[in-house]
Amino acid sequence: MTFYDEIKNLDWEESKQDIYSKTEKDVLEALNKSSNRTLEDFKAFVSPAAFPYLESMAQLSQRITQKRFGKTIQLYIPLYLSNECTNGCTYCGFSHSNKIKRKTLTEQEIPEEVESIKNLGFEHILLVTGEHHKKAGFEYIKKAVQLVRDHFSLVSLEIQPLDETEYLELTKYGLNTVYIYQETYHEENYKKYHPTGKKSNFRYRLETPDRLGKAGIHKIGLGTLIGLEDWRTEALMLAKHLQYLEKKYWKTKFSISFPRLRPHQGNFTPNFPMNEAELVQLMTAYRLFNENVELSLSTRESANFRNHAMKLGITTMSAGSKTEPGGYAKSTNELEQFDVNDDRSPLAVCQMIQQNGYEAVWKDWSNYF
Amino acid sequence: MQPLKIADKVFHSRLFTGTGKFSSNEIMKKSIEASGSELVTAALKRVDLNNDNDDILNHLKIDGVSLLPNTSGVRNAKEAIFAAQLAREALGTNWLKLEIHPDPRYLLPDGEETLKASEELAKDGFIVMPYIQADPVLCKKLEDVGTASVMPLGSPIGSNQGLQTRRLLEIIIEQSNVPVVIDAGIGAPSHAADAIEMGADAVLVNTAIAIAGNPVEMAYAFKLGVEAGRIAYESKLAKVQNSANASSPLTSFLSEL
Repeated sequence: MTFYDEIKNLDWEESKQDIYSKTEKDVLEALNKSSNRTLEDFKAFVSPAAFPYLESMAQLSQRITQKRFGKTIQLYIPLYLSNECTNGCTYCGFSHSNKIKRKTLTEQEIPEEVESIKNLGFEHILLVTGEHHKKAGFEYIKKAVQLVRDHFSLVSLEIQPLDETEYLELTKYGLNTVYIYQETYHEENYKKYHPTGKKSNFRYRLETPDRLGKAGIHKIGLGTLIGLEDWRTEALMLAKHLQYLEKKYWKTKFSISFPRLRPHQGNFTPNFPMNEAELVQLMTAYRLFNENVELSLSTRESANFRNHAMKLGITTMSAGSKTEPGGYAKSTNELEQFDVNDDRSPLAVCQMIQQNGYEAVWKDWSNYF
Repeated sequence: MQPLKIADKVFHSRLFTGTGKFSSNEIMKKSIEASGSELVTAALKRVDLNNDNDDILNHLKIDGVSLLPNTSGVRNAKEAIFAAQLAREALGTNWLKLEIHPDPRYLLPDGEETLKASEELAKDGFIVMPYIQADPVLCKKLEDVGTASVMPLGSPIGSNQGLQTRRLLEIIIEQSNVPVVIDAGIGAPSHAADAIEMGADAVLVNTAIAIAGNPVEMAYAFKLGVEAGRIAYESKLAKVQNSANASSPLTSFLSEL
């Protein structure tokens, strides 16, 4: 029994209609609850009916987040190890059909990147790859984790999905967190966006958090790629997924990210674009539904948006990100996955966080745990 | 007010504080100073044990304030013991707030693992202050294996719900031979006063101070709440009566016999 068995019973169109039929009264009822909000409340929060109540949602979200996480924002930085990819995702800059320069960092190059990143002050590193089992497969990832783990308090991954035994082995080398975004929960359309490569297997990807939970990973990061399908329905599916996972893997922490499609090489235009106000609606809806989930906001969003949105429920942010392999030691911008929108230095982001009355937290884990 | 003794240390303040959730380390430091607290807990996962200039630790170098490292983040006894040993070596203190909460949502403590770790750490010379459920039997077992205090929760950590476990706390206080420090859930100075009036030896407060509109003033309010509670306790509070005290209509005949 995995989440695949659960989602099979969910009709996409029915769920969508359910959300769109929520009324102002449903929103107010959900807002007025003091705790234990349900999926029905969540549907109301992501529905169009909630839009006039954005300010109330933001106020409440801020209060709940400060109570649980304090006035703090945790910082992390991605290290792109490889942009090699055998997948043909229609929206991605790394897609194998895109004619870009390909690069996988060598064992000699990884320490150079580590040194540049350490100089910026980071303690939480996120290792990122495309999906290429020959050039950046499990053995490569294992080596990379071993190379970086002594330099950082927390090592996380955003790579191709792996088997349970592989995750289990990586935890022995100090892996703490894995981010695995479903991209879309719409099984039929998933195949259109992921026509070729291993990623075309919807079920294997969907069951990844189950395998991570069984392997005893500390934290699992979830997300959908905003812009592919109706974001409100995607959000409901993700909320159900979260609820399922929390009950089943009760020792695991969870995090949600909000990657929103933006222009990139390959020129994919979002089918269902989301504006900034809707992004705030989504973030705050998750917070009101789940007080403990971490919410992460990357440099895909603009500096101005991040300056304000960080106070509305966010717990984690990246800063100073380079999305090309080798970008920290020697930046060329030739190999990147997407354009970074907030290109401020980590120090500048840190100052912004402090100016907002928050503490920037670099270290919140120890690799000896 | 009577001082409080835990292991070899004497405390004049019965308010212990924490270091998490503050908007800056400067505000944390000022709040601790305003609270009058002499024992402050810090999560090992937040401090860099290899860095002599760790910013949190630097801000905790306050006269009269001792550091109480805590193991927040560990999921079992084995991880807790390992973390404790590293902390002792790096920080030069054998004091430890033992926190083992495998559930990352409500952060509720695992009694079984806590008991196991307490026994080993106490044998190894640690001054163990375990964070636990308000479970009277577990408290006695912890006392038996040599913990320096017990730290039962008033309500889930960070919840500010006050003493939801009151009836059980009363039993723990009645039975304990080691100091009882009520930890977690204390959301207002009145909750802290309440706990101390009940006979708790001390309280540990973090969230309610850290996320207050004015943390420094709130820390001071907690100091006053705890002091008021203790003075009331030592002055012997008048008992609560459920009915009026009648003037012996049923037994006055006895004096006429």
